[in-house]
Amino acid sequence: MDRLLNVTTVLSVILLLLILISVRRAHIRVEYSVTWLVAAVAMLVLSRSRPLLDTVRNLAGLPDSPLTLFLLGAGVFLLMFFRFSVIISHLRDDNIALAQRVAILEYHIQDLKDHEKQEA
Amino acid sequence: MIRPVNPDSLLIIIPAFNEEGAIASVVREVHQFVPGVEVLVIDDCSTDSTIAAARAAGAHVLPVPHHLGLGGCVQAGYKLAWELGYSYVIRVDGDGQHDPRDIPRVFEKLRSSGCEMVIGSRFVTANGSRTGTVRSFGIRFFRLVLRPILGKPVHDPTSGFVGVNRRALNVFRSSFPLDYPEIEALVVLQRRRFRFEEVPCKMRPRTTGRSSITALKSLYYVVHVLLGVFVNVLKFERRLHLPQRRPEEEK
Repeated sequence: MDRLLNVTTVLSVILLLLILISVRRAHIRVEYSVTWLVAAVAMLVLSRSRPLLDTVRNLAGLPDSPLTLFLLGAGVFLLMFFRFSVIISHLRDDNIALAQRVAILEYHIQDLKDHEKQEA
Repeated sequence: MIRPVNPDSLLIIIPAFNEEGAIASVVREVHQFVPGVEVLVIDDCSTDSTIAAARAAGAHVLPVPHHLGLGGCVQAGYKLAWELGYSYVIRVDGDGQHDPRDIPRVFEKLRSSGCEMVIGSRFVTANGSRTGTVRSFGIRFFRLVLRPILGKPVHDPTSGFVGVNRRALNVFRSSFPLDYPEIEALVVLQRRRFRFEEVPCKMRPRTTGRSSITALKSLYYVVHVLLGVFVNVLKFERRLHLPQRRPEEEK
């Protein structure tokens, strides 16, 4: 059990560092890093605080702490994946609408250029 | 520049992706059988000489900046047609499977029936058109699914040979399915109480290139389209409470 909690702590710290470095290098935008940071900190706190983990376990009615930790982690990451799916879907729609608009505007610009040539 | 020349102006749009082998003959055939009509090829970022071939054959070309897929391309064509003021748009595939000789029939049906969409159908009458086993099974399946949703039978729901009027253009420029659009587009229109008709058309075998829907992708296609259909049904459920369309609205 302690070993599992230690592994979770190490993973949480690695995740935390990874996110901070990524934000610093502008690989990930601040607004999208918040969810990851919250998840990493939550996992870190739970893995270092046995009483808190036991409280959560009792509240959820789960038989043991490792399962609680696993389910919490899985739940948090599922929610995050869902959130990112929503964001990606919006981005894709916006991207397609923009690409269509660019194509149509380029078409109009070319038409104006052709018109100018004809007049000249 | 393409411009509508009269209130009943028709624009032919041809979405194309790497169709250099067929696009020129499709454009020439359209000009031959529907003289005086403008043709707009929407190029989906082809890596071959589709654009040059289409222009050489006399088509206007709308190149999109990156690969959008079939629905994104068709919608770009609809948006441009709407902005330019076209009353009717007929979509023909760029692989030569649709026979441009059938365009006048689709156009005439669009004008005379007043319905928002006309589908060039392989199966309204037996006309010798052949489809593969998997596709044939898919078409039968979607006929069954769509029958209660549309309130009338549709013989060829996967046909890309489709004509629309300006009312449908107005809807499609803001709401058009991006992947595998044919079936979902029917539901989008039906949810707005628009009507569709089918006219018999002949589909020819593809002469160049390969279909984007392989046997392996068929299962994904069915799941994707099925989900899209039901999402559209749920999205516009308030239509049930709308008043019936009056005859003067249809004019």
